[in-house]
Amino acid sequence: MTATISETLVDPTGKPADLSPFQRFVSDFCESKVAVAGAIGVLIVALIAVFAPWISPTNPYDLATVDIMDSRLAPGKQMMSGVTAVVGTDGMGRDMLSSMFYGLRISLTVGAMSGFIALMVGVCVGLTAAYFGGRVDTLIMRVVDLQLSFPAILIALVLLATLGKGVDKIIIALIVVQWAYFARTVRGTALVERRKEYIEAAACLALSHRRIVFKHLLPNCLPPLIVVGTVQIANAISLEATLSFLGIGLPVTEPSLGLLISNGFEYMLSGKYWISIYPGIVLLFTIVSINLVGDRLRDVLNPRLER
Amino acid sequence: MSVFIIRRLLQSVVVIWVMSLLVFGGVYLIGDPIDMLINPEADQEDIDAAIRALGLDKPIHEQYWFFLINALKGDLGSSFIFNEPALQLILARMPATMELAFASLFISIFFGIPLGMWAGLHPESIAGRSIMTGSILGFSLPSFWVGIMFIMFFAVILGVLPSGGRAETTEFLGMQVSFLSWDGLSHILLPAVNLALFKLSLVIRLSRAGTQEVIHQDYIKFARAKGVSEKRVILVHVLKNILIPVVTILGLEFGSVIAFAVVTETVFAWPGMGKLIIESIDQLDRPVIVAYLMIIVFMFIVINLVVDILYSVLDPRVRLQDVKA
Amino acid sequence: MEDETPTLAVEDLKTHFFTKLGVAEAVNGVSFTVKKGEVVGLVGESGSGKSVTGFSIIGLVDHPGRVVEGKILFKGEDLAQADDDRMRSLRGRRIAMIFQDPMMTLNPVLRIDTQMIEAVQAHEQVSEKEARETARDALVQVGIPSPDERLKSYPHQFSGGMRQRVAIATALLHKPDLIIADEPTTALDVTIQGQILHEVQKLCRETGMSLIWITHDLSVVAGLADRICVMYAGQIVERGEISDVLDHPLHPYTNGLIGSVPSHNRRGQPLAQIPGMTPSLLNLPEGCAFHPRCPRADGACFVQPQVTEPAKLGHEVRCVHPHLEQA
Repeated sequence: MTATISETLVDPTGKPADLSPFQRFVSDFCESKVAVAGAIGVLIVALIAVFAPWISPTNPYDLATVDIMDSRLAPGKQMMSGVTAVVGTDGMGRDMLSSMFYGLRISLTVGAMSGFIALMVGVCVGLTAAYFGGRVDTLIMRVVDLQLSFPAILIALVLLATLGKGVDKIIIALIVVQWAYFARTVRGTALVERRKEYIEAAACLALSHRRIVFKHLLPNCLPPLIVVGTVQIANAISLEATLSFLGIGLPVTEPSLGLLISNGFEYMLSGKYWISIYPGIVLLFTIVSINLVGDRLRDVLNPRLER
Repeated sequence: MSVFIIRRLLQSVVVIWVMSLLVFGGVYLIGDPIDMLINPEADQEDIDAAIRALGLDKPIHEQYWFFLINALKGDLGSSFIFNEPALQLILARMPATMELAFASLFISIFFGIPLGMWAGLHPESIAGRSIMTGSILGFSLPSFWVGIMFIMFFAVILGVLPSGGRAETTEFLGMQVSFLSWDGLSHILLPAVNLALFKLSLVIRLSRAGTQEVIHQDYIKFARAKGVSEKRVILVHVLKNILIPVVTILGLEFGSVIAFAVVTETVFAWPGMGKLIIESIDQLDRPVIVAYLMIIVFMFIVINLVVDILYSVLDPRVRLQDVKA
Repeated sequence: MEDETPTLAVEDLKTHFFTKLGVAEAVNGVSFTVKKGEVVGLVGESGSGKSVTGFSIIGLVDHPGRVVEGKILFKGEDLAQADDDRMRSLRGRRIAMIFQDPMMTLNPVLRIDTQMIEAVQAHEQVSEKEARETARDALVQVGIPSPDERLKSYPHQFSGGMRQRVAIATALLHKPDLIIADEPTTALDVTIQGQILHEVQKLCRETGMSLIWITHDLSVVAGLADRICVMYAGQIVERGEISDVLDHPLHPYTNGLIGSVPSHNRRGQPLAQIPGMTPSLLNLPEGCAFHPRCPRADGACFVQPQVTEPAKLGHEVRCVHPHLEQA
């Protein structure tokens, strides 16, 4: 009997049925070469961000080593300190390669941190709305809908205008911008799950609210959350870069990729393209890689996204 | 129908009222209104006068009433920097932003719909695939970066288009516009395309999905069975069906075009509201920020209202049913 | 001699769908003729290729399908060889089609007048006013009250039966020689179905046009058709005068179809049914496609059977073991 069941479970793609869900997920994911390339891209970017202080030729924050005489060197020229500026130097004489590594570190940190905290907030709010329903749900979803009807950049703009510049401030702004997406996603999935019988069964067993929500509801909301989370991190990085470019995001002392591009923008018209271009390429590479991974995750996890 | 419009109008009034509460709360309760609304460089006598003028010595509900009345009268405070009423300052910059926004909507519709329909009719062709890849890029690339690339390529390397700014304006139907001259067009082209990229990608996707759905419907086959020419099948039967959702969504997105103009205007030094708000944030010119916020919220609500009503007029299926608001 | 040429002669038509999973032989060697003024019923289960046959004739087979072989002789002209322009000029003018679901055949965002006037103007250089007159007359012909008002309406303001009348009126605009009706009454209520059948029969007799009525419902064609073709898995398995086929079915499949129609006379007896399911077109059984479901099948059925006329001239069957005992 068992044998016949496992035989019928072989799926049409011809994969054996005895793979664990995770192995199956990995093998599904890897079917798309583009997605694998994206995943490798994300890995490279993450590694650079983590190891930036060790792999950068110079420390761009150490003002003692920065020489104004080095400013706006073209790629491949040698700086006063003897280090070759592989992709040139910026207006203040900092090595662009090192600045980019550190900038990537800041961009990724801001993106990932804000994404993660927004996810936490969104999950709590979304689960509350779905689990309790009724007026709580109506009220929360009204707020979510109202917020989502305004473009993210406008909300961030307003917040930063009142809060001022700083890494912490921009993370707060990005959290406020993003939580509603997660809340809506979680609520949508949780509502579907809540109507299923096992939740009723759990309620009949008189399990506590908290246990039902976190042990039963939440795990089922994970696939769509992973997809939305991936896409949101890319969006957060992009939005942070935009805000920093506008000069209302990060302070000049902690340049993210967006700020590096902004700094180079003024020199571009005089043909000193490298100060803007290379950070831009790194930013693009990061965003596109994350989006490729996100697209594939969406296909593989096939969540019931409300969009 | 009229019941629907009245209900929708009431809803909008409620939303505007809620937003006024939020803005009032943000300015008067969380922030210090004396800081927010009175020029920090003013002397004590001026500050006292301003406090009285703004009613800041009154109880909180009276203050709110005062704020509301002032806002309704169009008085949203005066700019610290320009010493002009903030509202006027923004309204003076609005035509430039509107011109840019409409130019980019125009581009989105007149390029997006044909491209999207082409991709929907020929999904396997090289052109169709390229259009879709392009629209994915349009979605994921940060628009300020694309703008910079435009400037570098067309202004710095090729030198065929100006890198920014707006040309001399002329009077047209009572508005100051710049697109009527060749110089004006060359100035608006890059920023308009830049601002349009995101919406263009959206329109391409919507049109493609719509075309692919509609083209397999029986009524398309029936139209062909009547002997109607392929041109008419596509330009009337398919287009009319996809036009309604595309135009509706674009209309709803108009507010976000205005918001994103902040980025494009900064990149291309376009003298509109968006550039003004960035400068104001930079210089802590708070009355202008508050005024901009109120104006854009108001615009959003009006746009949503107009689109909802237009939609019910455009789509015969919606028109006659009692629409649930 | 002119009258001898049938309105339509389909010869060995093969329409295949080239899908990623393989080639689906939806229509696989179909031949039949429709004479002037004749009503021919094309009967079969869903997936038997009857609708694809209809679409092949009018040249509207969906991608990835195409006519790969055979002739479609419309008044002597081979439509399988005709170019797009020629087909377009025939469609709606000389050959018209009525579809299954009246809810889906009219464009929801265009008014009825737009949709009928364009059909008139597609083939005649007339003013909009004249075209509107023609459309109005056609609506009157199919029994739609207050046609002027109706012309200005949108499809969603009509009931299903009304929409099908509009579709029929549209098909009649140019007084075509041939109408292909693809299950036009299946989606309608029984009473409306009766009205439409009556209407169509009347129109056919009045105008002398030929009609191909595609259906899965034997009882519908019984009162309507002059001749009948029974299709199974892309082939015609039995063909003949309506009375011959219904009273003395030769093919076991036809026999099964007739047996599975509930009838007053056999009340109380168990309803006969055909065991099994229609085979996948991607993977048809060897030989006679019906043999896995056939009560009379034996080893001889593994070879593709030839068409024979074992009982009566003009009553053809594609079977090795026809029901001759009933004939």
